[in-house]
Amino acid sequence: MISPGNYAHEAAPLKLPSWNRILVYFLAVFIVCWSVGPFLWQMSTSMQPDRELMSPTPHLWPYPITLQHYVNIFIEKSFQRYIIKSAIVTTITTFLCLLFGSIAAYALARLEIPGRFGVLGFVLGVSMFPQIAIVAPLYVLASNFGWLDTYRILVIIYLALGLPLVIWVLFGYFKSIPKSIDEAARIDGAQPLTIFSKIILPISLPAVVTTGLLCFIAAWNEFMFALAFTSDINHQTVPVGIANFTGLHFVPWGDIAAASVVVTLPLVIMVLVFQQHIISGLTGGALKE
Amino acid sequence: MVTAEFPINETMRKPKQIRVGLSWHSPFLLLVPALASIGAVSVYPVFLGLWLSFRDTTLASPTDTFVGLGNYLQLFSDSQFWNAWIHTIQFTCASTLFETLIGLMIALVLCERFRGRGMVRAAMLVPWAIPTVVTSKMFGWLFDGQNGMVNYLLRSVSLIRHNVDWYGSPDFALTTIIIADVWKTTPFIALLLMAGLQTIPGSLSEASVIDGANAWQRFWYVRLPLLAPTLLIASMFRALDAFRIFDLVYVLTGGGPADSTEVLSTLTYKNLFSALQVGYGSSLSTMMFLTEILIALIFGVFLLRQMRAIGQ
Repeated sequence: MISPGNYAHEAAPLKLPSWNRILVYFLAVFIVCWSVGPFLWQMSTSMQPDRELMSPTPHLWPYPITLQHYVNIFIEKSFQRYIIKSAIVTTITTFLCLLFGSIAAYALARLEIPGRFGVLGFVLGVSMFPQIAIVAPLYVLASNFGWLDTYRILVIIYLALGLPLVIWVLFGYFKSIPKSIDEAARIDGAQPLTIFSKIILPISLPAVVTTGLLCFIAAWNEFMFALAFTSDINHQTVPVGIANFTGLHFVPWGDIAAASVVVTLPLVIMVLVFQQHIISGLTGGALKE
Repeated sequence: MVTAEFPINETMRKPKQIRVGLSWHSPFLLLVPALASIGAVSVYPVFLGLWLSFRDTTLASPTDTFVGLGNYLQLFSDSQFWNAWIHTIQFTCASTLFETLIGLMIALVLCERFRGRGMVRAAMLVPWAIPTVVTSKMFGWLFDGQNGMVNYLLRSVSLIRHNVDWYGSPDFALTTIIIADVWKTTPFIALLLMAGLQTIPGSLSEASVIDGANAWQRFWYVRLPLLAPTLLIASMFRALDAFRIFDLVYVLTGGGPADSTEVLSTLTYKNLFSALQVGYGSSLSTMMFLTEILIALIFGVFLLRQMRAIGQ
């Protein structure tokens, strides 16, 4: 994969004094435990019977192992309904985001657009403002159109919220492809969209896949709009479903943990698989190892 | 490989006049789908919200008249607003500060070469990928007042004698939320700072080592000044993002106990969807907007000064 202007020179391995080495390893272990620990504990929790979870001394390793919590969420709470709805909304959003975003990023990165940095700055600025500010006006609009409790309204909102990220990340990649490639095609008479679909897109496939993943994660995790625009249980997404998990007499931590694991494990695995691309995408290609 | 698929000959055969579709002179057309959806969902509603903030619109009754600055006057004398405003600022400052410091530490560690560095980097992405709602529930369980892991661990090392009701008591609730937020978003800052650190030429660091600088001096006199712009930009993004916190608070405490964790987003949400006060809620979110602009301006001033200092 091509990544843009990386003028970093990795220092030749500096010989650190040995106690510095030890400190680095110690901190590295700490970072791993701190990052992964809470989620591992959530996994362990999801497999422990309620009786064990309520005991004064928690057990790190689940024993005896039970799948009761997973049975609860799928049989009693029909958790799969939320997953299907989330999957529909998120997949459509990701597709549209990549379609609109990649074309826009292509135009900004490789065609002559006067004031392109104005456009990029505008897009970035829009992604920074408080989202609660658009909830009320959008709610009024959506209820006028009769779009409350539809997939449509969530897809439209997530599309607009995801586009800035897609445009920025893909802009960075497209910019890094040598200009000579599409100039040659241009001299041969190719149209911009042909160059885009036949040259730029195939070259940047890894970047496009990564950006799609970022977009997918953002839409999958979104909570506030999903909460505000869906009151009907048949259109609620996963985050709203998990937020509404409550028990009559006690908080069902085991069920919550099971649901967390079900919706998070696929994300975590995808992120670990694509980690190098994600890191270089998020940091504009400056970090690529 | 790529050029082989490219239909050069076919395109060349076409006479120039018949070219249909997009010309090289209207690349703006390619921006239309993206900008139209951003405009419809993000820009237009902001202005609509501004307009609503001058009206007494409610969802409960058909009242909808122009009230001028009425909502804003009511806002300024509303103790709930100032309460939420202060919590939001406290949260923003504390989480941005800790995230930047811890993120910097992580970035410095991961800039050293050691075995398993790739694994540590991968592990760091885990909190970032987890949905915020799940993070809230996860920290709700970790910090549970009765059977929480944190209470157990603190009791085992005798730091506390009795269980602390972390997010159930007004004294610790905001702190718990800050800890959860730091856990979730520090990796992102660390990544940005790692990228910034890598653009600092290694030769500078080496030269300072040869000149006898120790690790601390190497950091303080060589890397930190060069990293300052990245540091400011990263923490600005974090501050702007932290300011609009909603999910963590809404799911973990719902703004309680006794309004001790009420932030502007949750207060606005309640005004909109519990009290159905669209006009008043819109004036609240307009105030949030103004505060965000203020935060961006403050960082902008620092950034400009920093840039100038480096330029000289």
